[in-house]
Amino acid sequence: MAQRIDVKDLNIYYGDFLAVQDVSMTIDPQSVTAFIGPSGCGKSTFLRTLNRMHEVIPGARVEGTVEMEGVDLYGDDIDPVAVRRNVGMVFQRPNPFPTMSIRDNVLAGVRLNNRRISKSAAEELVEASLRGANLWNEVKDRLDRPGSGLSGGQQQRLCIARAIAVKPQVLLMDEPCSALDPISTLAIEDLIGELKQDYTIVIVTHNMQQAARVSDRTAFFNIAGTGKPGRLIEMNETSTIFSTPAEQATEDYVSAPFLVRASQDVAAVGT
Amino acid sequence: MTTTVSPPPERAPGRPRRRGRTTDRGFNRAFRWIAVGAGVLILAVLAAVAVFLLQQAWPALTAGSDELAASVPRYPDDTSLLEYVGPLVFGTLLAAALALALATPVAMGIALFISHYAPPRLSQVLGYLVDLLAAVPSVIYGLWGIFVLGPAALPVWEWLNSWFGWFPLFAGPVSPTSRVLATVAVVLAVMILPIITAVAREVFLQTPKLHEEAALALGATRWEMVRTAVLPFGRSGVISAAMLGLGRALGETMAVLMILSPGFLYSFKILDSSQQQTIAAYIALDFPEASGLAVNTLIATGLVLFVITLAVNMGARAIVARRKEFSGAN
Amino acid sequence: MSTATIPDPSGTTEATARTRAALTGADGARRRKDRTMTVLIWSAFVVAMAPLVSLIWTVLSNGAARISMDFLSLSMRNIFGGDPSGGIYHAIVGTLIITALATVISVPVGLLAAIYLVEYGKGVLARAVTFFVDVMTGIPSIVAGLFAVSLFTLFLGPGVRMGVIGAVALSVLMIPVVVRSCEEMLKLVPNELREASYALGVPKWLTIVKVVLRTSVAGLTTGILLAVARVIGETAPLLVTVGVTDSINFDPFEGRMMTLPVFAYRQYSQGQATCPGGESATCVADIAIQNAWGAALVLIVLVLALNLIGRLVNRWFSPKLR
Repeated sequence: MAQRIDVKDLNIYYGDFLAVQDVSMTIDPQSVTAFIGPSGCGKSTFLRTLNRMHEVIPGARVEGTVEMEGVDLYGDDIDPVAVRRNVGMVFQRPNPFPTMSIRDNVLAGVRLNNRRISKSAAEELVEASLRGANLWNEVKDRLDRPGSGLSGGQQQRLCIARAIAVKPQVLLMDEPCSALDPISTLAIEDLIGELKQDYTIVIVTHNMQQAARVSDRTAFFNIAGTGKPGRLIEMNETSTIFSTPAEQATEDYVSAPFLVRASQDVAAVGT
Repeated sequence: MTTTVSPPPERAPGRPRRRGRTTDRGFNRAFRWIAVGAGVLILAVLAAVAVFLLQQAWPALTAGSDELAASVPRYPDDTSLLEYVGPLVFGTLLAAALALALATPVAMGIALFISHYAPPRLSQVLGYLVDLLAAVPSVIYGLWGIFVLGPAALPVWEWLNSWFGWFPLFAGPVSPTSRVLATVAVVLAVMILPIITAVAREVFLQTPKLHEEAALALGATRWEMVRTAVLPFGRSGVISAAMLGLGRALGETMAVLMILSPGFLYSFKILDSSQQQTIAAYIALDFPEASGLAVNTLIATGLVLFVITLAVNMGARAIVARRKEFSGAN
Repeated sequence: MSTATIPDPSGTTEATARTRAALTGADGARRRKDRTMTVLIWSAFVVAMAPLVSLIWTVLSNGAARISMDFLSLSMRNIFGGDPSGGIYHAIVGTLIITALATVISVPVGLLAAIYLVEYGKGVLARAVTFFVDVMTGIPSIVAGLFAVSLFTLFLGPGVRMGVIGAVALSVLMIPVVVRSCEEMLKLVPNELREASYALGVPKWLTIVKVVLRTSVAGLTTGILLAVARVIGETAPLLVTVGVTDSINFDPFEGRMMTLPVFAYRQYSQGQATCPGGESATCVADIAIQNAWGAALVLIVLVLALNLIGRLVNRWFSPKLR
């Protein structure tokens, strides 16, 4: 199922503004790749180009190629809707559909395909997806209750279940734990470790420890200053990035005490 | 009632902590009471509308049917006031319901167009254009309906009759004047479009980005995103928007008065003339020449219209209000 | 700058083909449905614009021929049959006087009620006012007319027709519109401004008058102009309260008055005139219809001008709050 992604010379624009410049990287299948860097460095923007969610914002466009198993996602014959079906996404804040039950939330993506799925097949899929998201035992008795009644961590796992129910090849996670408490965060991190058996996983995180814990490879993004585009500074095995990075900027970022990093973040946001 | 908004300032001096209250004196106090008075006045006006209508309708409500038949033109013998108003209520409801059925889908389309389909830069201008439809005076809609829309729609009515004549609404004969309820319904639909659109547009624009992105990330097309995230979120808003439109259609006078060839039947034939009449148009037609008990009778029918529209509007507003609380709690 | 290396793509041709098949979106039915809905939604907008364009074009093309200095400056006094020498001066006068009177009644009440709701409103009374203002926007215009008639019948006896009754009827329709739009505008004034004023020791009523109202004056003007535009075209309530006349009347407290919308309706309902000697300069058979279109044109120009001025006032004069 899992597939590799090759990004070549990617520039990302909002209108005339160059947000991310010249990114090239390879994302391996059946592994977890983490994107780290200060706020505003373009790591989330870059993540959203991997399933063409980027272009939902008016005026946004890219130059360069994003290839999945050699197929350019931005090719003329490619349907962005099909791309998003094959590249699932989990957002920063859990966003189950408030008007749907837990079961319908899991099935939301499948139902879009208009396939008349049999009732038993639907039940199996719901159970498999919720088990896959480590949520089954907590919600199996209340599948018909609204998804918004769950706790934040449960909601986020419901969103993961919803994403994997459509059987994507790649799973993108945009700071999936930043709105969660430590225990829920741990549950999600465990889940990421299991999911990488089947999926190519890319996770954006602000949390160095989390990147170190869950990822196999890490990419460090940085921004030179206000109005300058974000860039990929360095990408390597996670252990290498956190022990012996090649670039001074990476070393400064990963080894800086939390407060310094936070102030860098604030500076990047405030500017 | 007013005590809830204005705690008496005299208490304040005893308690140093609430010293802020002591400033509520002199002009401050007068100004506050003027403002409160304006609010109360509005409630009083609405109450007065009900009371004065009832008071002026009373002679007709209590008069016997003989008395009414003697002094009210077109009042059939041996009918109670209820039987007399019945066909008018029927015509009013039928016209409004048809207008609503025509306008709601189009209005939802326009609202979605402005909120999710049109280029964002254009959407405000497009909103103004739709609002202009609401600004056009109803007497001009009447002129347009009778001289432009009526003749243009006649072939459509004939076509409907020849293919769907078995359906009660489209039963023949088709009036060659086009002064029929179908034409009225189309004009009313155009008139209520901007009202429904305005409310629906606001609700659709409030759809959380989060839910729209969730749908898109699952591989939804734009329409599927609308169906999964936008429409469920806006459902109650659309319902109340439609009810507001219904309220407006029920009370519309001039377009009906000028276009419709009136009748007093419980008839579903919307392509034939002299079948139905609405309350508002009936009042406007007869009031200028009416005197004595006839005036009271017309005011009584107006009271019926007032009660119907009040109920519809209160229902719509209650739905809106409940929805507000709901989304506020989240 | 980028140090990430790109190993040569190792995907087999088979995997590539499979991926391409998955990503080109073979699901034609869904895409067709999406396209269909896009077309439908675009066409909904076109469907709504068609009547607007048709209506404005019709009024322009039918009304323009009738517009002349005489038409705008003469009344219909002593004009009978197909005589084309009459005008709408009396109706313009009536419309302006009655609308102005309605504005004079509605604006203070509406604005103060909006101030109450935004600056003071709490609890049951405020909720009741908000709710019933909304309900009031739905009162049918003919009912507002009947209310005004009932009210004045009580004091002056039955059968009285005069301008001020119409103004009262229009006020019932106008007040809720004024409250709604003024409320929206007052809410836009940032709380920081109020707090800054309180911090300087300015009492609340002065803060409202000098800071809140002054900041939002452009928006309030817009709201009031739009409300005027809303009621200036009302026909039904004036038909039952003010009646009709062919002469000029400047006194809203005495006698019937003519207004533009009612004039348009009356002329329309007169239909064709009979010209015994055939059409001539003094007898035009469809003069009444022409008069109706002429009045409609003047009316729609008034309404559109009020709308346009309203929007422009807000765009040009409102302070940049952020």
